[in-house]
Amino acid sequence: MGMTITEKILARHAGLDNVEPGQLINAKLDVVLGNDITAPVAIREFEKLGMDQVFDKKRVVLVPDHFIPNKDIQSAEQALAMRTFAKKHGIVNYFEVGRMGIEHCLLPEAGLVLPGDLIIGADSHTCTYGALGAFATGVGSTDMAAAMATGEAWFKVPETIKFVYHGKLKPWVGGKDLILHTIGDIGVDGARYMAMEFTGEAIDDLSVEGRLTMANMAIEAGGKNGIIAPDHKTLDYVKKRAKRDYQVLASDPDAKYAKVIEYDVSELEPVVSFPHLPENTRPISEVGNITIDQVVIGSCTNGRIEDLRVAAKLLKGHKVHNEIRAIVIPGTQEIYRQAMTEGLVDIFIEAEAVVSTPTCGPCLGGYMGILAKGERCVSTTNRNFVGRMGHPESEVYLSGPAVAAASAVLGRIASPEEVL
Amino acid sequence: MKKMITGSAFLFGDNIDTDQIYPGRYLELVKPDEVAAHCLEGADPSFVKKMTSGDVVVAGRNFGCGSSREHAVITLAHAGVGVLIAESFARIFYRNAINLGLPLLVCPRITGRVKEGDIVEVDLHGGLVKNHTTSEEIQGEKLSDYMLEILQSGGIKPLFKKLTADM
Repeated sequence: MGMTITEKILARHAGLDNVEPGQLINAKLDVVLGNDITAPVAIREFEKLGMDQVFDKKRVVLVPDHFIPNKDIQSAEQALAMRTFAKKHGIVNYFEVGRMGIEHCLLPEAGLVLPGDLIIGADSHTCTYGALGAFATGVGSTDMAAAMATGEAWFKVPETIKFVYHGKLKPWVGGKDLILHTIGDIGVDGARYMAMEFTGEAIDDLSVEGRLTMANMAIEAGGKNGIIAPDHKTLDYVKKRAKRDYQVLASDPDAKYAKVIEYDVSELEPVVSFPHLPENTRPISEVGNITIDQVVIGSCTNGRIEDLRVAAKLLKGHKVHNEIRAIVIPGTQEIYRQAMTEGLVDIFIEAEAVVSTPTCGPCLGGYMGILAKGERCVSTTNRNFVGRMGHPESEVYLSGPAVAAASAVLGRIASPEEVL
Repeated sequence: MKKMITGSAFLFGDNIDTDQIYPGRYLELVKPDEVAAHCLEGADPSFVKKMTSGDVVVAGRNFGCGSSREHAVITLAHAGVGVLIAESFARIFYRNAINLGLPLLVCPRITGRVKEGDIVEVDLHGGLVKNHTTSEEIQGEKLSDYMLEILQSGGIKPLFKKLTADM
């Protein structure tokens, strides 16, 4: 019996020839990740366990990004705990302010996560790296603490749902729209505990950035991981970044899937998720007249250079509507610089949007764009839960960068075609 | 962990996400009793005031979806929630709860069989819920021996310490 790419990666890291869904395995990890919210908790546990060293100084990756640059004294204390730990243990991949970025934009860019890897991160959006053909999944701080000590973790091999996307995407439709459409179809627990394998012509046509956006939101369907087999685009992306070997794997033709779901996406419109769940999706043509107060373009979902290019294309020559504010957050320092080099930052400032240093800030209601009672935001982030971005009576509408930028111009949720 | 857990039921719906269990704006808090003060605030701001230690949270599908934050488990445990019963749990939340020793039970038939304020008793070994108010018994999914062992030790860390002390 053949195996899926997810099963192959798990088997290799467990030292086994074969694994099957439901099987419990103990596996070696290539990367263990934490951020300023989860790592301080893990560090305390690590120290309480009496551990005096991490399993590998290069493979424990610490990224202060959520409430960083420090938003208040308590966040500063968390950041300090992480910095002190990184120094004490000689953590090679600790990223200080000035070098840091949003973790799931930064790790692929820095070549720290590679095809065939097995990665855990104390952040639910760790599943992003599956876009490069890795198995990556989110865990809690306690699992992170144990993994920092041992370099291993136990897993239950998940069943896989295969998604096949047929057809060519229309203009302004991208990875975000594909994944929102998928979550809208299967629901926020439609892939609970399962691997989501994305395939088909529309996936082949997506850039690596668009694929990272898709895998990023596997967790929003309850998925354990999202995964896309590497192709020439993946290899072009990783070749110039990798500093170690990697494994290019693919599912066998006779691999067993729990389900195969096929979509014809050739007529798919940009998608918007209404409050308060990502599954509450509507095509842009059915949104109606919804005025807004704020737009956020950024995050681990859509803070990459391609996203900023799309937003800039729509904002160029326009102003942000005079009754709303628009916040653009490049995902990393490198993306920020690239956006400056390409003149995108100029376009944003000329349009009267603000451009922030990389941070997760507003996505989880931390800072840099908190919503007041009754306010509405169109956001390229990943969650629109109750109170996610501020007041419990505020609202978040999820979209891709094209709808977000068009909405910034028109002051209501809008189709890119209304602007360009 | 007690073998039988009895308390008053508090009802919640489907997809109670980690931002409702523990809003992101409190993530900088560290002390467990400060974290406990905001338990389920996004779903029911008066929950902490109404509940007493040992009470039971009963929910629908996909409880704990969203973030990997352990604050979501810490807040429930330190607020004194005795056990969580849900039709289903999100994966990361479930794993965190077991790791931190917070008892929980998957019970696909629970919805509609327990009302707010009913006195329910949970037998974790048998995976059984007894509603003392209605005298109905509802069978849930038994925990595996491995997970029971972790819960009985009070979480993965005490178990880890116990195992390393035995070596």
